[in-house]
Amino acid sequence: MAKLKDLAKMEDRLVAGHGMCLGCGIPLIFKVVLRATEDPLIIANATGCLEVCTTIFPRTAWNVTWIHSAFENAASTIAGVEAMYKALKRKGKIPKDKTIKFLGTAGDGGTYDIGLQALSGTMERGHDIVYLCYDNNAYANTGGQRSSATPLGASASTSPAGTQSPGKLQWRKDLTKILAAHNVPYVAQACPSRWQDLYNKAKKAFEIEGPAFLNVLCLCPTEWKYEESKGIELAKIAVDSCVWPLYEVENGKYKVNYKPKEKKPILEWIKPQGRFRHLFKEENAWVLEEFQKKVDEEWEELNRLASL
Amino acid sequence: MKKETWKELTIGTINLDAGNSVKNLTGTWRSGHKPEFIADNCIQCFFCWLYCPHFAILVEDEEVIGINYDYCTGCGMCAEECPSKEKSIVMVKEEIKLAEGGTT
Repeated sequence: MAKLKDLAKMEDRLVAGHGMCLGCGIPLIFKVVLRATEDPLIIANATGCLEVCTTIFPRTAWNVTWIHSAFENAASTIAGVEAMYKALKRKGKIPKDKTIKFLGTAGDGGTYDIGLQALSGTMERGHDIVYLCYDNNAYANTGGQRSSATPLGASASTSPAGTQSPGKLQWRKDLTKILAAHNVPYVAQACPSRWQDLYNKAKKAFEIEGPAFLNVLCLCPTEWKYEESKGIELAKIAVDSCVWPLYEVENGKYKVNYKPKEKKPILEWIKPQGRFRHLFKEENAWVLEEFQKKVDEEWEELNRLASL
Repeated sequence: MKKETWKELTIGTINLDAGNSVKNLTGTWRSGHKPEFIADNCIQCFFCWLYCPHFAILVEDEEVIGINYDYCTGCGMCAEECPSKEKSIVMVKEEIKLAEGGTT
């Protein structure tokens, strides 16, 4: 089992001086994930918070080879790099015993929406890469537009709550399951509040041959509108309320990695966040009911899949 | 220091100076609160190191020894998540003054 003290000894592959917000969850994810392999690493990063904040001209916060790609094609970019690596190895230009790992990454906008086609193709072709989506539930880099990962009832700049609307009207897309349906060797959902689980999943993803996908819940005080110091507390509630269940699908087999002793009501998740504030108006009570119902259904279905 | 412009960029916008963002002192936009480290209370659990988004926890010889105020933005997660019986990190109010240095 990894110890934090040992992880802290490793070199930072993402360093200080990046411009991410106070209390941002992205560095918390990458601090752990980038330590889950000791091999050299090449990263393709789509447009998004992480890309913008780590490479503010003329500086970079990356200590590894890092390529910026457009919003839609981080997966294709990293697939191309991996294909080249294989070709160079075949030609003997890269020594046979040298291993390089490949990571494609984007936020939920660049993964759930804009990058889904490229990601689907990369997964289907079976490239030996890891793709990580840091899901902060919105286009947080451009002012908080709703994405297909934005939860039901959340007020976003393109699904604002008001007299005519209770915020976003649609239930979020279940991307992890979409990726599992690609029948790739490894798909997992993780959360930074359970770092050991996140670390194990990242390690497995890097070690497994073939494509692996990680969907990681990412705290966003800016768009979720909560007090930034309370972020980890909130992430814990996301897991304990089963809003963000921790599970993995290895070679088609579902496994729930964490079952809360006592399932918390979704209200504990909703209450601290300003983006859900309007849901406590009388006329929006149905949204809260629907939210709880959906979470319960999905949790039940997940456990059913895991029992197969 | 001479201001860098696009003319100094390598063709293909390749940046070979890996990790040069450390010159951006994010501590200059701290929230108005800063964490204070109380070494005597520390149980060396490294949660503050884990949950600091701005890599501002100082570690030396495998021990947490303090806060790097050059980078700390004062989000307060370290203090919030500190599990020691008596907190080993507490947030204190800080007078906001114009920073010296910072980004070029």
